[in-house]
Amino acid sequence: MKKEAITIALTGNPNSGKTTIFNNLTGTRQHVGNWPGVTVEKKVGTVIHNGHRLRVVDLPGTYSLTAYSIEEIVARRFLVDSKPDVVVDIVDASNLERNLYLATQLIEMGVKLILALNMADVAQARGHQIDADRLATLLGVPVVFTIGTKNQGMKELLDKVLEVVEDRDTVSRHIHISYGHELEKEIKKIQDVIWRDTSIGERFSTRWLAVKLLENDAAVQERVKSLGEIGKEIVAQAEASRARLGEFYKDDAEMVLIDQRYGFIGGALKEVLKVSGQTKFDLSRQVDLVLTNRILGFPVFIFFIWAMFQATFTLGAYPMEWIDAGVSLLGAFVTGLLPTGLLQDLLVNGIIAGVGSVIIFLPNILILFFCIALFEDTGYLARAAFIMDRVMHVIGLHGKAFIPLLMGFGCNVPAIMATRTLESERDRLLSILINPLISCSARLPVYILLAGTFFGASAGNVIFSIYALGIALAISMGKLFSVTLFRGDIAPFVMELPPYRAPTLKSLLIHMWDRSQIFLRKMSGVILVGSILVWVLGSFPRSPDLHRGQAVERGVTSAAQERVLTVTESQQPVSPAVTENNLKNSDPDNEMARLESSFLGQLGHLIQPIFAPLGFDWRTSVAVLTGFVAKEIVVSTLGVLYAAGADVNEESEALRRSLRTSGITPLGAYALMAFVLIYIPCLATVAVIRRETNSWKWTGFSISYSVVLAWVVSFLIYQGGKVLGLG
Amino acid sequence: MIPLSEFREGERGIITKLNGSGTFRKRLQEMGFIRGSEVFVEKYAPLRDPIELVIKGYHVSLRVEEAAQIMMEKLEQEQK
Repeated sequence: MKKEAITIALTGNPNSGKTTIFNNLTGTRQHVGNWPGVTVEKKVGTVIHNGHRLRVVDLPGTYSLTAYSIEEIVARRFLVDSKPDVVVDIVDASNLERNLYLATQLIEMGVKLILALNMADVAQARGHQIDADRLATLLGVPVVFTIGTKNQGMKELLDKVLEVVEDRDTVSRHIHISYGHELEKEIKKIQDVIWRDTSIGERFSTRWLAVKLLENDAAVQERVKSLGEIGKEIVAQAEASRARLGEFYKDDAEMVLIDQRYGFIGGALKEVLKVSGQTKFDLSRQVDLVLTNRILGFPVFIFFIWAMFQATFTLGAYPMEWIDAGVSLLGAFVTGLLPTGLLQDLLVNGIIAGVGSVIIFLPNILILFFCIALFEDTGYLARAAFIMDRVMHVIGLHGKAFIPLLMGFGCNVPAIMATRTLESERDRLLSILINPLISCSARLPVYILLAGTFFGASAGNVIFSIYALGIALAISMGKLFSVTLFRGDIAPFVMELPPYRAPTLKSLLIHMWDRSQIFLRKMSGVILVGSILVWVLGSFPRSPDLHRGQAVERGVTSAAQERVLTVTESQQPVSPAVTENNLKNSDPDNEMARLESSFLGQLGHLIQPIFAPLGFDWRTSVAVLTGFVAKEIVVSTLGVLYAAGADVNEESEALRRSLRTSGITPLGAYALMAFVLIYIPCLATVAVIRRETNSWKWTGFSISYSVVLAWVVSFLIYQGGKVLGLG
Repeated sequence: MIPLSEFREGERGIITKLNGSGTFRKRLQEMGFIRGSEVFVEKYAPLRDPIELVIKGYHVSLRVEEAAQIMMEKLEQEQK
């Protein structure tokens, strides 16, 4: 057994089947994280082969290795800085020409390279005959055939990896892709300057550096400049060479280089690739006649999305019930186990209830991500993006951004996780920022309560208008952000439409499991802390004598106090349904008084002046605060504070009665609904935004802009409505 | 020379020139849109944008405004 692990880097074009091969090699022994500082996913796995421990790093799928996108920068940085022992370039054998472009760049970098000609079966079915030995000789790179979907060729690939690492293979040699006389002359000139400092050549391929400088590659320029005096000389020579070449070719040097690489590939393929017979029946094309058809395309798309939602929320509802019951059982069990007191309260009402309210989303997330993996792996996601792009382009987004946005109607947490399907970081951030404006299902109970209470028969229209407001705001904010925050770097819509493929169950399951793992691990931490915090705020200070607690408050809130009293007198106390979670708070009056004197209640009073222009009283302010944890909580908080007891739901008549007599006007209720719609949906969303943006800055921005926007919109609604005489 | 965006479904042509900014051209070139490559217009999306193209044996989509940057030489329709 070798002591040191061998590191293999997997590279390849998107849709080359790289992920399938990675999954085949590493199975469940993989870890998903992020590359440092960016939102690009990093997957690392291990495999034991012939007694060697191999560490496999799955680099982001890229078409090239220029510093064009964040994925390319990440992949290149890893290749240059971490110096993997061997690089396996996964090549779609049925699409050699474009796939080999990346290989030419890898060859140029001077890494130890192996080509895996994947999807060999597809290539064969299309009548492509590839002379692998000849290709290996021409490129100076060992070539292995693989069929990722059938798990074939993995052993051969790993054998080859060991051969190359131990320098046993006979094919590997450094070849130069010849760029023609003019370019070669300039490359040589730059290399001559580089060689003056011998230490540079030990770390990088000098030819690669020279070519990159000719390509005007910003990242490489930076690196070279940082080398000091010699670096400046090198860059100066490169500038001069670029200028000369520009004059000679009447085009930028990098364009000429790309042309030449494709020329090299074309030359090689003439010798290596034979396409026999006519391309007969192209199934993908036939399927697309329907799926991206001018008339049928949209209905089919809508049907798929509908089916996904049905599966997620209807099918998911059953396991959700079980989890809910399980959480309640656990709560009851702990309640029985521990004496009534602080610890029991913390465990049951703080931790179990809090974490339970998030774990409950797990079935949704599992099903949703299974569906998305299915869309992605079959190739349908690219088609969905194709037909939706015109619409999404209006707000400066890629067609693929539609699905995460739509999913937001169900739940923003998986929706934001789904932004990972977007290729550019800009699109991801933009989608993440506007996603919370899409009204998730957790906000619906609040609308039902308020609209049902204050708008009677037209409640349906009112709720619809709130959803429409959310969509309108998402569009305008998207537009606003894309012309302010994310100006300038709109990615061209050069999107491959890969042939349809049957996905492997293994890949689907691994994909689904990855997502859920992230959700469970990261969410529970933040949610745990958040739940405890809200519990502390709501439970302290604990005054044995409630009236004394209230007396302290009286100075600030005598008016509000009186209103509470009138409300409580004017209604029949609801028979308190004693639930497991609520054993000790069975008296609604007491509970209300207790909450008011708690830190949370005090906070409500404290911030009430801020919300006064929106028509919120202190109780509404408290409800909005607790709604930060989860929107459903707004309903139960209103329940407690309007003295109907905590066990209310949006249909509760008692709560509706007391709300109606509380002084809230329909206009105020509408402003409150708008506020609930706009400000950050829940703690889980905050956690997932932090996780997906990998930045507290963007998380902070997301929270603050949404709160400010919520305030402004509610203000306009409330005050504007008053001016118009609606309130 | 006519821009690719003026091609109709089922038409094919040869790329003669790429316009547009440096990064955009570079990206297109790396994806195989180089001078002399043949492009086939497979179809337009239901909302007439983007366009699905076949180049170098694979399918790719481009927005109409991007296709307008690609200058083409039209090839005669194959007789069937």
